[in-house]
Amino acid sequence: MIPASLIPLPTNADIARRVERIELPWNRHGVDPFGIDRAELARLYTLLGFFYHRYFDVKVYGAHNVPPRGRAMLVGNHSGGWALDAVMVIASAFFDLEPPRLAQGMAEKFMQRMPFLAWFTSRIGQFTGLPENAVRLLEEDRLVLVFPEGARGTAKLYRDRDSLVGFGTGFVRLALQTGAPIVPFAFVGGGEAIPTVVNLYKLGRMIGIPYVPVTPWGAAIPLPVTLQILYGAPIVLEGNPHDTDDVIIKHVDRVKARIAALIVQARELRDGKRREAELDLS
Amino acid sequence: MRVLVTGIAGALGREVATRLVARGHEVVGVDVRPWYHPPDGVRVVQADIRKRPAEDVFRTMRPEGLVHMATVTHLTHRSRERFRINLGGTQAVFDHCNAYGVEQAVFVGRHTYYGAGPDSALYHTEAEPPMAVHAFPELSDLVAADLYAGSALWRYPVIDTSVLRLCYTLGPLRQGTLAAFLRGPRVPTILGFDPLFHFIHEFDAADAIVLALERRLRGVYNVSGPPPVPLSVIVRETGRTSIPLPAALVRPLLGRFGLPKLPPGALEHVKYPIVIDSTAFRRATGFVHAYDEDATMSAFRGRPGDPV
Repeated sequence: MIPASLIPLPTNADIARRVERIELPWNRHGVDPFGIDRAELARLYTLLGFFYHRYFDVKVYGAHNVPPRGRAMLVGNHSGGWALDAVMVIASAFFDLEPPRLAQGMAEKFMQRMPFLAWFTSRIGQFTGLPENAVRLLEEDRLVLVFPEGARGTAKLYRDRDSLVGFGTGFVRLALQTGAPIVPFAFVGGGEAIPTVVNLYKLGRMIGIPYVPVTPWGAAIPLPVTLQILYGAPIVLEGNPHDTDDVIIKHVDRVKARIAALIVQARELRDGKRREAELDLS
Repeated sequence: MRVLVTGIAGALGREVATRLVARGHEVVGVDVRPWYHPPDGVRVVQADIRKRPAEDVFRTMRPEGLVHMATVTHLTHRSRERFRINLGGTQAVFDHCNAYGVEQAVFVGRHTYYGAGPDSALYHTEAEPPMAVHAFPELSDLVAADLYAGSALWRYPVIDTSVLRLCYTLGPLRQGTLAAFLRGPRVPTILGFDPLFHFIHEFDAADAIVLALERRLRGVYNVSGPPPVPLSVIVRETGRTSIPLPAALVRPLLGRFGLPKLPPGALEHVKYPIVIDSTAFRRATGFVHAYDEDATMSAFRGRPGDPV
């Protein structure tokens, strides 16, 4: 991500006005109690707007399934060699929801160690994926974005692009603890945008990131392809957040199966085997 | 109430003493530093809290309340001496409290207890352990003093002990860790990092300490004022200029070219935030801060033309 705090990126006036409509408790400096900065968000969304509306062909289905207010967790699959999916879902929550919402991702720990990336991600509300952070954000009725596959998910190679690797269980415990509904979503097209052929783990360790994805053209610069986001109907889980893993895993599998079904539909839509009217997002 | 205040000659100690007298308490202070003209009603004994004359104050005065603020927090102080004052002093004070029948003891600790790091959460709660002692061993005496003071709750259960973890103070007195960091017109920052800083107006901090004493607070509590503010905003609003330096460059430069001589662990506190949740304290005491972040920063900045 480009450190907007360093480069004076332009701010689109319409987008800045839309940022004002995000329902967060801003202070006089346009900063919320978590340090999220309205001016930085306006820069971010101006930049993302170009990629979201012009560079990629992003198709969003079922945006009405994301609650307009109150706590919720967006839970989906990773697709593409780096978190392009997260960036596009953040853009989608801003451009496609009414009122616009800030989706707050649960980021990898390395991001807070990198100069500028630490700065920028802190100002746009993308915090380290700690349970304490997630609980606090959900209790403040915010929209939290979770990829239960973690870094294993972004490391998927091209041939595995629409598969799901192992899910963590933390997100289910968070949902049970805070009573937040889970909005499952599928993200398809990331694998086509960034077709990873190999991941360089040693090089990544040397520069302080999990790995460096390599595409047929070298750097992981995404192609301007079609990306699809399918939001499914919210799932409200019931149970004890402190249950043993064998109980929690049943909830995890339920959410995972829902996401897998959404991926299949997105794939069929992409391949022309299904029409939009035939989508089942319930 | 008869109240003994250790560390009374410090900027915050004086504020606390003045408030206690105004609210009708009898105040005696102990400090190695002098306070030449204390207000009427405040008696100051110049002594080291670990020595006999300090114990004599407990013996003769028989205080009902104690506010322990005699901890050294600035990092330039020689660390072995610091360790002795902070731990030995805290031990002596609580032993005297037990021996001479103090009913309410307030230990004023620091929110830096929680430590700063890339993987620490925003808004720490009181149950969390100190996570960054390994990265910043120079703070270990303050962390140990905090935990030792907390142990008085079970060692001396008849004393109502409260341990306050106070965030940075800022305001017209211009004393304390954050004020020292912002002292000059140019503030060194770490290139590419802009952490949130959590601060409270000095007067609000003094009010909170008095409140803890009067409400007979028992337990460990975070104390903070308004929501935290990014360092860049603090630098801008206090009329300073930030000098961003790459982290790799700052380490060898510490102590040279006018930069403060800080241990390397202190850099983490300029890179990462320490933000605390003070809900429990507010609920237990009804505390409401009077100064918001803007009033606090402008009080620190002073009038235009004031010496920086």
